[in-house]
Amino acid sequence: MDYSWNWGIFWDAAPGESSSYLYWLITGTSWTLATTLAAFTLAFLIGGLVGTLRTSTLRPLVWLGNLYTEVFRNIPLLVQMFICFFVVPELLPVSLGDYLKQDLPYPSFFSAVVALTLFTSAKLSELFKAGIESVAAGQRGAALALGLRPTQMYLQVLLPQAIRVVFPPLTSEALNTLKNSSVALTIGLMELTAQARNVSEYSFNTFEAFTAATLIYVVVSLLVTFVMGRIERSLTIRGATR
Amino acid sequence: MFDLDPSVIVRAMPALWNGLKFTLLLTLVAMSVGIVAGTLLALMRLSHNRAMRGFALAYVTVMRSIPLVLVIFWFYFLMPLLLQMAFGTERPVQIGPVVTAFVTFCMFEAAYYSEIIRGGIQSISGGQKQAAAALGLRPTQAMMYVILPQALRRMAPLLLTQTIILFQDTSLVYVLSIADFTGAASKFAQRDGRLVELYLFVALVYLVICYLLSNLTKRMKRNMGRTA
Repeated sequence: MDYSWNWGIFWDAAPGESSSYLYWLITGTSWTLATTLAAFTLAFLIGGLVGTLRTSTLRPLVWLGNLYTEVFRNIPLLVQMFICFFVVPELLPVSLGDYLKQDLPYPSFFSAVVALTLFTSAKLSELFKAGIESVAAGQRGAALALGLRPTQMYLQVLLPQAIRVVFPPLTSEALNTLKNSSVALTIGLMELTAQARNVSEYSFNTFEAFTAATLIYVVVSLLVTFVMGRIERSLTIRGATR
Repeated sequence: MFDLDPSVIVRAMPALWNGLKFTLLLTLVAMSVGIVAGTLLALMRLSHNRAMRGFALAYVTVMRSIPLVLVIFWFYFLMPLLLQMAFGTERPVQIGPVVTAFVTFCMFEAAYYSEIIRGGIQSISGGQKQAAAALGLRPTQAMMYVILPQALRRMAPLLLTQTIILFQDTSLVYVLSIADFTGAASKFAQRDGRLVELYLFVALVYLVICYLLSNLTKRMKRNMGRTA
């Protein structure tokens, strides 16, 4: 195999720029982190809300929540990104569409965050719904018998228990969001995978570039797992049995 | 406002149909190979042989910790070099994006299926294994005829759910410029400048197919609750 190894490639100056290839990977990692963090936070809030509505007794809200979940869960993320990036600006009123296309800074970042949020929130709504349903039905009855309003019942009885139940799968959804953020390269976001490919195309040191990206993804995954583990532990109530 | 022109879809139909056939073929092949290889990986993970256990664990962990897009790039770059090493040819063996896509999806999905199947095998109670041993079955026979059939049946809804995810993920062969369903639509859309109609149509088709399949998984789960 005649491949010319050069692990020092990351310290070489990138063509046309005063910075090094390493800097490309760092900016890529920053975009990946920003996209993941923004999308997962929003998806957590929206998914939690939609999942809660789907367990309510108000028929129209349940129906709307189900519709939201089915639509955004069953369309591939890539297609949702294309729609957010190419289609939505065309369908909006002209002035708003022009703003999105011309004046908004980082259009691919915002489209990526919106698409990733919709896709992830649909999965999280499913998770939250299952979590709330798994909290014994007796809890709901007990809360109502104590005279709690529905809002109080959800905020003080059902959701605090449900969040603890769904925490392990929530962690793996956070990792999925991190991995899914790489799909944004198809609409031109220069995140980690895109930058790794960039380094490989300019330097021909493909092996080194992809290895670096792989290691960064593994390290960030470990970091996410660690942080989620800390949050999970802080939520644990000592002596509580499930 | 934008005025929609539905006739674009009609004109694009032959190309879209070919693309959809490719997407379905890729999904079916990756599912079949993925489940077989995933079963092998799961058995390796649960075997007593340390080396096998370590290999399966490393394989599954690495595959699951990096994004699919990066895995596709890895394979597209590595496979020609690996084939060159394997056959001792002078130059890297060019295999093209389509073969790359098939190999990548089979290997990638195997890791995900194997985790589901491992869970299934572990969920079968130890009594089944002991009963098989008491009947005089060897461990291999017990696995083949007693434990695996039950595990796969119990995990069928999850395997189908994973297949729906796989079906959606195949759209990522876009990064290799393959004309799968999304890729065909994208090529047509860019040529004729009709992105709105084509992307909305593509989304609708995916939505209908995945919705029907996910209803099927729900029905499978319900039926299982009844028989178990």
